[in-house]
Amino acid sequence: MNKLNFLRPNIENLNTYLYSGIFLISIAILDVSLSSFFSTNITSFLPNFISFLLPLILGTVGLHFIRIEFSGIKNLDLLNKNINTNTFNAVLTLLIIFAVIKSIPPFLSWFIFDATISGDTKEACTGTGACWTYIKIWLNRFVYGMYPNELQWRINLSFIALIGLAFVGLIPSEKIKKFLTLYYVVIYPIIAFVLIYYLISGGAFGLEWVETGAWGGLSLTFIVSFFCLIFCFPVGMFLALGRRSELPTVRYISVGFIEFWRGVPLITVLFMSSVMFPMFLPEDFFMDKLVRVIIAISLFEAAYVAEVIRGGLQALPRGQYDAAKSLGMGYWKMHIFVILPQALKLVIPGIANTFLALVKDTPLIFVVGLLEIVGMLNLAKTNPKWLGYAMEGYVFAAIIFWIICYAMSKYSYNLEIKYKTDR
Amino acid sequence: MNFKLNKIIPQLATLLAVILVFGFLTYNAQVNMDNRGIEFGFGFLTQESSFDVQFSLIDYDGSHSYARAYLVGLLNTLLVAFIGIILSTVLGVIVGIARLSPNYLIERTAAWYVEFFRNIPLLLQIFFWYFAALRALPLPQDTEPMFGVFFLTIKGLFVPRFVWENLDIFFYSIIAAIISIIVIRNYARKLQENEGKQLPVFYISIGLFLILPLLTFLVGGVSLNFSIPELEQMSNTSFKYKGGLGIPPELIALTLALGLYTATFIAECVRAGIQGISKGQKEAAASIGLTPNQILKLVIMPQALRIIIPPTTNQYLNLTKNSSLAAAIAYPDLVLIFAGTALMQTGRAIEIVSITMLTYLSISLSISVLMNWYNKKIAIKEK
Repeated sequence: MNKLNFLRPNIENLNTYLYSGIFLISIAILDVSLSSFFSTNITSFLPNFISFLLPLILGTVGLHFIRIEFSGIKNLDLLNKNINTNTFNAVLTLLIIFAVIKSIPPFLSWFIFDATISGDTKEACTGTGACWTYIKIWLNRFVYGMYPNELQWRINLSFIALIGLAFVGLIPSEKIKKFLTLYYVVIYPIIAFVLIYYLISGGAFGLEWVETGAWGGLSLTFIVSFFCLIFCFPVGMFLALGRRSELPTVRYISVGFIEFWRGVPLITVLFMSSVMFPMFLPEDFFMDKLVRVIIAISLFEAAYVAEVIRGGLQALPRGQYDAAKSLGMGYWKMHIFVILPQALKLVIPGIANTFLALVKDTPLIFVVGLLEIVGMLNLAKTNPKWLGYAMEGYVFAAIIFWIICYAMSKYSYNLEIKYKTDR
Repeated sequence: MNFKLNKIIPQLATLLAVILVFGFLTYNAQVNMDNRGIEFGFGFLTQESSFDVQFSLIDYDGSHSYARAYLVGLLNTLLVAFIGIILSTVLGVIVGIARLSPNYLIERTAAWYVEFFRNIPLLLQIFFWYFAALRALPLPQDTEPMFGVFFLTIKGLFVPRFVWENLDIFFYSIIAAIISIIVIRNYARKLQENEGKQLPVFYISIGLFLILPLLTFLVGGVSLNFSIPELEQMSNTSFKYKGGLGIPPELIALTLALGLYTATFIAECVRAGIQGISKGQKEAAASIGLTPNQILKLVIMPQALRIIIPPTTNQYLNLTKNSSLAAAIAYPDLVLIFAGTALMQTGRAIEIVSITMLTYLSISLSISVLMNWYNKKIAIKEK
């Protein structure tokens, strides 16, 4: 039997250290779990301060015991390498584990176990948890805004049609493939505009007119993001080309335009579109609030898209330009067939980030009185029948936005991998 | 000749188009303003504003001018930006380094933090903190103080306020300390370049920075007292804090949301910067006998900062611009006071919106000029 030195665990007494270490760690975790799940303190006989710190101390000592290099046990080595490299790391590891254990019960009980979803009124929510009844009752408003209930099939129909038409690119036919770019850049936006103008807005073909002030909720978020995405991309591309142009006038105008929009906050741009812009229009010329907002956001985001694309243009080696020119290509031919396809491929992550920022900026349209989902939440929150459920509403909206944004960022990551051409 | 026309015609066409658009808009504006009997001008700035502001860093009430109201708003905006930048930098650097930690749990926690806060709109986060989280705080009369002096209530955070005497002397001593630190650093650098001797510059600097201001307490007659907030009953149900410094909940919610949100982006910048340094640099530095501290200070950080600073500056700019979301929760910043209240009262849309936009534009441009200068200073000087 070798001498045990507890300050310096070694491989000779591996099992002794291992068992005592695991024993100490288990006690620490057991203590925290018990106090978290059953609100019992098994160390209450100790002074308050020590009882509070005991699991941390025990756990640290336990992790110290099992920190044995080259123990020959695969899992132990893996554990030591990943979460237990030194005392500092061990303490941090324990703190994270304890924090997770501590926060699970209150979170779950608020979110699921004590939550209410039955009933139709505030009175149904008697538990201490979340009141999902509120979300259930208001869901219609959160998705469609003030759009009349009996007409909501129009929004559904146009969205389904748009999603369906977006998948045309998947048809594996060589004949269609040639026209895909044209389809996505020109035809699809036109179809989208016609659908939204005639189907959602109405006013023709016997459909009832619904003014844009009544639009709202998640569907408005989608409409605004969709059109802004479509418009800001080509504008941004032209601005990027303009900024790289050899013609001084074009270049300075592009630089001025880009720097102006990038230097001001979106909220002031929306203020401008709502209070200042009407002053600059001819007197009897009326432009809808929603249209003004879409133009404002598109121009704003176009400046950011332009800077991202410029990054891609600058990253291309000069040889690409020279090669294209030597083949006798003109400015536009060179950019459309040689430069832009490569540059855009390089900046997929940047463009995706800009688009994400755009989607996350849409709630700002509350400034001009358009209420998308966050605006509707704030409206519902002040309803006298449903006071006091702000938390549920924000958590609901946060989950929706998080899913949308996370899906977008993952999709862009896949695109990046797909189009990666390493030379 | 043909060649030149090729370049001149597009330029002329662009110029003409821009001039036409601007001319058209200006003409319309002129007509509209004539019809409504408004005259363009900035004379309204000197008029009495006659509205009050909840929270102001300088003396202000309704009898002051619109120009003063503008200044109040600007200072409040800068205050939010300043606190937000500090908060997001500290948090961002910690999280960015944590993402590179060999500890799996720490790395995952940091990654989840970034993914979570980055993908939720900032406005929603501000609303969450303001309307949901901070509203759950207790009323002033039910609040237990933290450490005996901090009171976190639904009305805001109340902290002790410093009461200085002879503050100016204290300030001068800090300036003197900074100047002497710069002098000593330069001397130490020269000493090392010429004779190879190293001075413990870091400890000397800290010592100077602490000792010089502390000396003024003994010699210069500077004294510091704390005014601790105390709860005072106004009537049966209304309570108020007297003394101390009250930080309004709007400011807390705004800085918290801005800090947590921007920190995710800064963390990504920091991570990218440190990852951008190749391992060979570290190994080369170690092989010529530098200590781990020296490696970090002399080899890794100077190179990493070069990658980190430009995108981080961008994030600072974004934070400053995003602070305009303050208007959504009625924190009296530039947008709310000037583009909101003042615009409502005067109806001078064109002047006020342009002043507001120009203000943000000049803040942005001056920060980017400053950062470009700094960037150029630390850039690799190739011979």
